[in-house]
Amino acid sequence: MMTFEEIRNRARSEWETLQNGVYILIGTATCGRAAGALDVVDVFDKELARRKLEVPIVKVGCTGLCHADPFVTIAKPGSLRVAYANVAPDSVPRLVEGYVAGDDPCLELALGTVEGGDGETISIPELPRFERELRLILRHCGYIDPENINHYIANGGYGALEKALKMSAAKIIGELKKSGLRGRGGAGFPAHTKWELCRKAGSRPKYVICNADEGDPGAFMDRVVLESDPHEVIEGMIIAGYAIGAERGYIYVRSEYPLAIERIQIALRQANEMGFLGDNILGNDFGFKIEIAAGAGAFVSGEETALIAAVEGRMSTPRPRPPYPAESGLWSKPTLLNNVKTFGYVPLIVERGGDWFSSIGTEGSKGTAMFTLAGKVVNSGLAEVPMGTTLRELVYDIGGGIAKDKQFKAVQIGGPSGGCLPEALLDIPIDYDSLREAGSMMGSGGMIVMDEDNCMVDAARFFLDFSTKESCGLCTMCRLGTLQMLRVLEDITAGRGKIEDLDLLLALAEDVKMGSLCGLGKTAPNPVLTTLRYFRDEYEAHILEKRCSARVCPELTVYYILPEKCDRACEHCVLTCPTEAIKGEKGEVKTIDQEKCSKCGTCLEVCPPEYNAVVKLSPVSLLPSSKSPAEEAQK
Amino acid sequence: MITEEQAGKAVGEVLGHYKKEKKNLIPLLQEVQATLGYLPRKALQGIADFLKMPDVEVWGVATFYNQFRFVPLGRYHTTVCMGTACHLAGGRLILEALERELNLKVGETAEDGKFSLERVACIGCCMLAPVVVIKDKIQPKMTPFRVEEALIPYKQEARGELEEGKSESKS
Ligand SMILES: Cc1cc2nc3c(=O)[nH]c(=O)nc-3n(C[C@H](O)[C@H](O)[C@H](O)COP(=O)(O)O)c2cc1C
Ligand code: FES
Repeated sequence: MMTFEEIRNRARSEWETLQNGVYILIGTATCGRAAGALDVVDVFDKELARRKLEVPIVKVGCTGLCHADPFVTIAKPGSLRVAYANVAPDSVPRLVEGYVAGDDPCLELALGTVEGGDGETISIPELPRFERELRLILRHCGYIDPENINHYIANGGYGALEKALKMSAAKIIGELKKSGLRGRGGAGFPAHTKWELCRKAGSRPKYVICNADEGDPGAFMDRVVLESDPHEVIEGMIIAGYAIGAERGYIYVRSEYPLAIERIQIALRQANEMGFLGDNILGNDFGFKIEIAAGAGAFVSGEETALIAAVEGRMSTPRPRPPYPAESGLWSKPTLLNNVKTFGYVPLIVERGGDWFSSIGTEGSKGTAMFTLAGKVVNSGLAEVPMGTTLRELVYDIGGGIAKDKQFKAVQIGGPSGGCLPEALLDIPIDYDSLREAGSMMGSGGMIVMDEDNCMVDAARFFLDFSTKESCGLCTMCRLGTLQMLRVLEDITAGRGKIEDLDLLLALAEDVKMGSLCGLGKTAPNPVLTTLRYFRDEYEAHILEKRCSARVCPELTVYYILPEKCDRACEHCVLTCPTEAIKGEKGEVKTIDQEKCSKCGTCLEVCPPEYNAVVKLSPVSLLPSSKSPAEEAQK
Repeated sequence: MITEEQAGKAVGEVLGHYKKEKKNLIPLLQEVQATLGYLPRKALQGIADFLKMPDVEVWGVATFYNQFRFVPLGRYHTTVCMGTACHLAGGRLILEALERELNLKVGETAEDGKFSLERVACIGCCMLAPVVVIKDKIQPKMTPFRVEEALIPYKQEARGELEEGKSESKS
């Protein structure tokens, strides 16, 4: 068995060899793949083979710049390191010829330089977003090959484990306490308290569980971490096992993430081979094994007691607490359960100390927060910022503001348990307490930006529909109370609402919160409560004027072809309308038969931009009468 | 559809890799489904016998989780994302377009076994919303009209297969 020193030296020399030559980095996390990264890898392979170039391609994870996928970087010692965004397979030969084989960095195709600069091309690290960002958990993402443990080790990986194994458990937990780290699974429970409870628990064996269920339907941070740097989570779990005295760990990961599962499997195998897992880790009297438990698709499984039930092979329903899992968890044994990111911070805290970590962030919330930005922002993707950064900085400096010059409307944080916050609250700092005060919550870190084209009543209805479907059914209020709220919201979006319904919603929300055992029910009303609090005018417009200002709710919206804009000769809409609702001979203005129209939106999409003749109107009464004045008079 | 015999055999093989522990119930269901494409009744019974659990308990667990299916999927299985980002980017219109184009409702498999349609809450590609997955390939930034286009190659392939099937049965 090699010593850690030997393992590290070997890893470093492999890494240095890589750095000393030309190499290509391509983002191949799920986001990259969806944008076609594997096709790009293929063409690179062929192109390099054709030219007999021995240049390594490093398939890295996600850089966080998901909007730029497929994302390629060419690294060349002594020369610019250049990043290319949205690379299409047919520009690959040009890159290979230009920069891999030659000296032309193809700057006209580049997003910018990553290292070095020519004074003209954008320098990526100097972009405003990177001035705001502080990448701790994401520090390796996009730089290392997640399927090669040596890349992780060469960049400091498993050094914290080696250090921790020389520390006492109390000392490790002491550092965690100093760090002020709070759980990143949503609730923000202090990590050290849980660890200490588990350490002190008398019963054995003990377990460590990593919660990678990531059920929030619009968040993907944990996926990115596991796909881009799985070892940091594994290392954190091993240290946790040592600190609390556990011998076995589980990673509960949702099966909707096949690539994450594959990469964890590879990482676990490599960590075993290196002796970071198994018996007598690094020659110590401590052994630890990790298994994967693949989730089977239930949002409630993310709740800790429900998750434990799922690992035990049962129906995933929560149970009352106490006892907390730290005292009685998996198979009624003491169990430490933390989120992916919580474990991800552990190696850094052990290595750099708790004081270092607590110097970042705000009084009550230490360290960084990781968010996925999606929805109507220009730069969707992933960001890691110090706690205390404002929502505005996140949306505008990092997200680049709202796409297509539309008007910002709201930012949704925390998924089905969180809330929608308006423009007026964009200056609140991101930390557990400020967000909770505003009626939202940190949640898992999903952030979805909405613009003028999004209807807030519809958004509330969407989240409630989700919670209703995902309620495990145990608590009556969560099962039926949310359903009644949903029915009320459906009535409002369909134009059948009454103004008293708003009070009914508020009353039901209180009942559902009170009458639910777990966080699912307790927080399910949040999206309704925050939209009612900040966007009451939209509810009222739906009810009183039958108007959906975003023109989203189908019952309150109609499609209309502006006669003065219709080209007459063009027949795009007529030919594509799936219900044959559009009439008009060639040369005539086209009209929509509202009886037949299914409101699918195809005509709006296919109407050529130079005419832009199709519009949506709300309320329906805005529709100009299609009947001739004579017909109208007859009526 | 899979015959009882086929199901029995496949389940037998999968069971061979597992210990008779209750915690293996979900992994067993997952692996059997991965092998057969769905969970036929016979397979559920086989698993229950193996783990010495009542049938009803296995059925209860299997029906609790969204992942498990009790009818086979189509060859061109299509999932439409109904997560937050996809919903806000017009996911409902995409879902309706798929239902219309495939002539199926969510959760159904076509009689000829070619297409099936399901919804899922977020596949983690929110920046490409709205997304549809057809036969494991992610189709980003869908619109009602692009749904029609995206389906064309699969429909053509399906038609080709049907015709091949016919000529084979003739010969
Ligand atoms: C309905 C529901 C869903 C949850 N989903 C997740 C999840 O997907 N990931 C997660 O880490 N925590 C989730 N949690 C929180 C967990 O119960 C638990 O608090 C957390 O995993 C503890 O880890 P932490 O202390 O590191 O935050 C969820 C809670 C509830 C009530
Ligand atoms: S919401 Fe559809 S991929 Fe996330």
